Amino acid sequence: MSELTQTDTTITTSQDITMMFRLEAVKKSYLQKGRTVHALNGVDLEIPAGQLVAIQGPTGGGKSTMLQMLGALDRPTSGTVSVGGKAISTLGDGALADIRAHDIGFVFQHYNLIPTLSAQENVEMGLAPLKLPAEERAMRAAAALASVGLVERATHLPGELSGGQQQRVAIARALAKNPKALLADEPTGNLDEATRDEIMELFVQLWREGLTIVMVTHDSAVAARAQRRLRIKDGKITEQV
Amino acid sequence: MFIRYLRRELSGRRKQTAIIAAAMALAIALVIIVNALSAGVRDAQSSALESVYGLGTDITVTSTPTAPTAGRAPGGARFEFDGDAGSTGNDGTQEVSQSLLSTARGSATFDSDAVKTISSTEGVAAASGVLSLTNSTFDGELPQRSAMGDNAQAPGASGVAPPEGGGMGGGGQFDVNSFTVMGVDSAADAIGPLTTATLQDGRLLTADDAGKNNVVLDAAYATTEELKLADKLDIGGTKFTVVGIVAGSGADAESASNTYIPLDVAQKLSDSADKISTVYVQAASASAIAAVKSDLQTALPDNAVNTQEDLASTVSGSLSTASGLVSSLGTWLSIAVLAVAFLLAILLTLSGVSRRTREFGTLKAIGWRNSSIVRQVAGESVVQSVLGGILGVIVGLVGIVIINVFSPTLTAAAATTGAGGPGGMGGPGGMPGAATAVTSAASNAVNVVLNLPITPTVIILAVAISIAGGLLAGVLGGWRAARLRPAEALRSVA
Repeated sequence: MSELTQTDTTITTSQDITMMFRLEAVKKSYLQKGRTVHALNGVDLEIPAGQLVAIQGPTGGGKSTMLQMLGALDRPTSGTVSVGGKAISTLGDGALADIRAHDIGFVFQHYNLIPTLSAQENVEMGLAPLKLPAEERAMRAAAALASVGLVERATHLPGELSGGQQQRVAIARALAKNPKALLADEPTGNLDEATRDEIMELFVQLWREGLTIVMVTHDSAVAARAQRRLRIKDGKITEQV
Repeated sequence: MFIRYLRRELSGRRKQTAIIAAAMALAIALVIIVNALSAGVRDAQSSALESVYGLGTDITVTSTPTAPTAGRAPGGARFEFDGDAGSTGNDGTQEVSQSLLSTARGSATFDSDAVKTISSTEGVAAASGVLSLTNSTFDGELPQRSAMGDNAQAPGASGVAPPEGGGMGGGGQFDVNSFTVMGVDSAADAIGPLTTATLQDGRLLTADDAGKNNVVLDAAYATTEELKLADKLDIGGTKFTVVGIVAGSGADAESASNTYIPLDVAQKLSDSADKISTVYVQAASASAIAAVKSDLQTALPDNAVNTQEDLASTVSGSLSTASGLVSSLGTWLSIAVLAVAFLLAILLTLSGVSRRTREFGTLKAIGWRNSSIVRQVAGESVVQSVLGGILGVIVGLVGIVIINVFSPTLTAAAATTGAGGPGGMGGPGGMPGAATAVTSAASNAVNVVLNLPITPTVIILAVAISIAGGLLAGVLGGWRAARLRPAEALRSVA
């Protein structure tokens, strides 16, 4: 897939490297309570496939907006955002939904599981847009749950699972579709230290298997595990060494 | 996945499902009951009209009603005895027996050529003329003429006589009886008063009976008078042979009579040659009724032409009240409850969508298209409403069964519009006199048992309404969910 050489802190890129995300002069403004908020203010960024990136910064600095641009959840006000080589600015809602369905896996701080569905069914919800046969969908969901160590809990409702287990279900939901990139918004924000470490170990393992992971975090301990650390403040992004 | 998700959502949100389903059930049940009531009242009205005016009759043509003139009203019998009438007894009283056939009180006649005119009118399928008559019999003793003077008038000359009885006065004693006689076109079998009757014994009148003294009796009258087939009955001083007994659709109905005789015989005996009192008209089709009415009004300007619709407005009594209630209060109540149910379904669905902002934002984030989300919300809403619809159908049907078990009876009274009504019975005289006038009182009240029909149409309508309600709420809710931009949906719950 790529010729990215993974080390803990350095990356080597070449012309052959597949660029997962590319942002050029991206600005994003939106109205909030009658006031225009400039969430991103001319961001240029490239994230090659296979990187584990942590984005940090103060609240309101533009971290979540950045993640939404990368996840094809929103279009930039100006500039270009490419996801897997596709410029999302000109794509319609349906095409953006297709990118999210096939290429992007999302993990949220609050897990965002559907409370009335079991762990297995929640994972299958992530596969629904792929229109797979029911058997294949169930099989892939079960495999994803197994990969996060939750086979035993497949029939449990989210309310019957711990926070860490719920986050694992959310990760399984994101992984079941075999995405090109995993985007995580404060994935350990609601977890205790031990569970946080378990989740981070899982992320690192997935990254080592070749998955591109971009996570927004306040937690420096989590950011420290990333291969690359970015800081976003006042809509501007800076690289942290 | 769609079904599983839908099932889980509905069972997981039981309270909202129950509220929407209950509201829809109430509305549907009300719609079903009001609809059935409306159909029941319509049937009852139709049944009442059939009883009153004859089955299959679209239009009736009668003489234009005129205000009664001072003095004696038209129709009715007036007995006049001269000195040679009857025999004189030892005590000097005069024994008399006289039977008179005259046009029914309140009934006016017109030329029977009208039937030909009507039959030849475009759009008329059948027409049949009848002559409503009253037969009055005076039987008894009168006091000596010297005590009364010539042509003295008997009691009751200008009043309504009691049904039956004897009278005493100045040594006289007599009975006055009357019954209704209807001259019918024995050749017409498609339309007319006898088409509503059920043959109990013997036969109906046929074309061969024209000019013959044959009579068909109403079953109730035959029982009262203890008459059976082949018995003789005196009508207008002529002996008639009973050839058939029918059970009328209502003894009090306007088209019903105690006896039915051939029209030509009736005309001859009542000195009403070529006269009829009502023409029953059947239009070729329901859509032709208005045009036929208009043509008949032009062709017969001196007659009153009434359609069933006109006649329906003459029906009064509790049936009319029920009809008014159903058409006004019932309809508005169903519309109001239906509107509330729809509104409730829409508001609860919209509020559900608001509460599920994170869920829908998440679904969008993981790749669900707007159309899938709209389908999901609409599906949930339709199922909730259909559940309510099914419950409503059950409640509605139970309501209909309960109403039918109680079988409320409604009365319908039809105002006469110049058509001849059945004559009442002559009452007892009491005053001495040599002549008496018998009046009759028309009684057209019909009791109709209200029976609410259960039709598949109503059930289909109810289910269609519930689906429509669910779809409306679901599409609005889905549209709202689809409008949520995923980024905002996630931001709003972050």
